[in-house]
Amino acid sequence: MEFLTQIINGLSTGGMYALVAIGYTMVYGIAKMINFAHGEIIMVGAYLAYVMTSIVKVPIIVSVLVAIAGCALLGVVTEKVAYKPLRNSGSLAVLITAIGVSYLLQNLFLILFGSAARTFPQFMPSGTVSLFGAHITYVALLSLVLTFICTGLLLLFINKTKLGKAMRAVSEDRGAAELMGINVNTTISLTFAIGSGLGAIAGIIYGMSYSLINPYLGAMLGIKAFIAAVLGGIGSIQGAMVGGLIIGVAEAFTISYISSAFSDAVVFGILIFILLVKPAGLFGQNMREKV
Amino acid sequence: MLKVDHLNVYYGVIHAIKNVSFEVNQGEIVALIGANGAGKTSIMHAVSGLVKPKSGIISFMGEDITKLHAHKIIARKLAQVPEGRRIFAQLTVQDNLEMGAYLRTDNKINEDLEKVYQRFPRLKERRNQLAGTLSGGEQQMLAMGRALMSKPTLLLLDEPSMGLSPILVNEIFDIIKSINKDGVTVLLVEQNANKALSIADRAYVLETGNVIVSGKAADVANDSKVREAYLG
Ligand SMILES: Nc1ncnc2c1ncn2[C@@H]1O[C@H](COP(=O)(O)OP(=O)(O)OP(=O)(O)O)[C@@H](O)[C@H]1O
Ligand SMILES: [Mg+2]
Repeated sequence: MEFLTQIINGLSTGGMYALVAIGYTMVYGIAKMINFAHGEIIMVGAYLAYVMTSIVKVPIIVSVLVAIAGCALLGVVTEKVAYKPLRNSGSLAVLITAIGVSYLLQNLFLILFGSAARTFPQFMPSGTVSLFGAHITYVALLSLVLTFICTGLLLLFINKTKLGKAMRAVSEDRGAAELMGINVNTTISLTFAIGSGLGAIAGIIYGMSYSLINPYLGAMLGIKAFIAAVLGGIGSIQGAMVGGLIIGVAEAFTISYISSAFSDAVVFGILIFILLVKPAGLFGQNMREKV
Repeated sequence: MLKVDHLNVYYGVIHAIKNVSFEVNQGEIVALIGANGAGKTSIMHAVSGLVKPKSGIISFMGEDITKLHAHKIIARKLAQVPEGRRIFAQLTVQDNLEMGAYLRTDNKINEDLEKVYQRFPRLKERRNQLAGTLSGGEQQMLAMGRALMSKPTLLLLDEPSMGLSPILVNEIFDIIKSINKDGVTVLLVEQNANKALSIADRAYVLETGNVIVSGKAADVANDSKVREAYLG
């Protein structure tokens, strides 16, 4: 069942994209900016897990928690140091700063770990399971399950809790939210923390799936996840999830039925197509430039 | 209760509020009247902490709140119903009201929710509807209900009658009176000077950032300058 295997592999890579895309989409929804350094946060997450397991040699669960907490903190600090001072500046200044942060992190890790790839520790046995004749690796299955759990919990948080509703209020109207007593700075920090924490999980899934990590891994992953977020409708969490899965499956199909050389072209093709046909994305509301 | 002293607000080089002073005493309804661009909203935003004045002092219950963040000012029970309602369109009616009570930790929130629904029965029927689907009048009621959920002692209302039909305007003004009767002090910004003066105790008239007339509502209503400019 080659076809089914490809779908499930695609969904599992797509799940990883989805986790990253959620970070872009949440930050966009609440801080109204595209955090182009988000891909590098994923890279840092992968390295943190690697360092904790292979060098510091703590149990896997500790590595995972350190990576999530470390990335969440990094996300919060990045926002406070780099983006917050620009909150009333134009979006170009923010964009350039984000690109600067992204190069800063990339080069920092190049200096620390060199450009050669590191072997990511084995977090789980490398077997496969058979499902309706399709062979699926444990990692692929885990990635898919984690994506659904994380997205489900996040949606529950956003829609049902008071803090989640406050986040949506800030996303709609920052001033009105402040009049309710909602602390906008705290809300934005929380958004960066959640997005970056999910990014750490994506980074770990990346390490487990490809076994090798290098300081550039966040660049392409970040761009594809960003495309997934745009495809789904930036600002929408469900959209990021669906967009990620679509990109993952499209990529898997291209690789197995056409050529791996085409996979990036197909992903970018999807971006161009969606921008032409439905610029607001699948789940997007009509985009209004906020003044 | 609220004392604004020599307030100056700038937007870049635009000097929007020029040395404005006024006060609101406990229990009053005070109207702030002025044409478009006179600076009414700027004053409201300065009091609520959404814009920072260049100079001047705003004190509430005897304490200086000039430099406090907006979310700290609402914590002192000074709430605002902003111009244009600014309800959260993607949240349900009930969630909007819940956001109004965001800072409250007491156990009377549900009780107050019921009180708001009693005051605005139309909101109750639509409690699970997205706020963005409400009519303009219903949105105004929601914005007022949302502010009341914070249990304010001072309520700022920025043009609550804007865009409403005459019948609804009367209804809204009756509700403002009854809110005031229940012990909430009200600072009311209006272009509908007639209506505002009819329910206010005192009034200030604002023109291009300056207070030009002030006094008892009845006296302001009889002021020749005011009659000419606002009452026709
Ligand atoms: N964010 C802003 N940036 C620049 N100028 C502003 C801003 N907000 C208000 N102004 C200017 O300040 C002046 C006062 O505006 P304000 O909104 O306070 O008036 P208003 O009395 O509330 O008017 P309206 O009745 O139309 O609501 C106007 O000249 C306006 O152009
Ligand atoms: Mg105004």
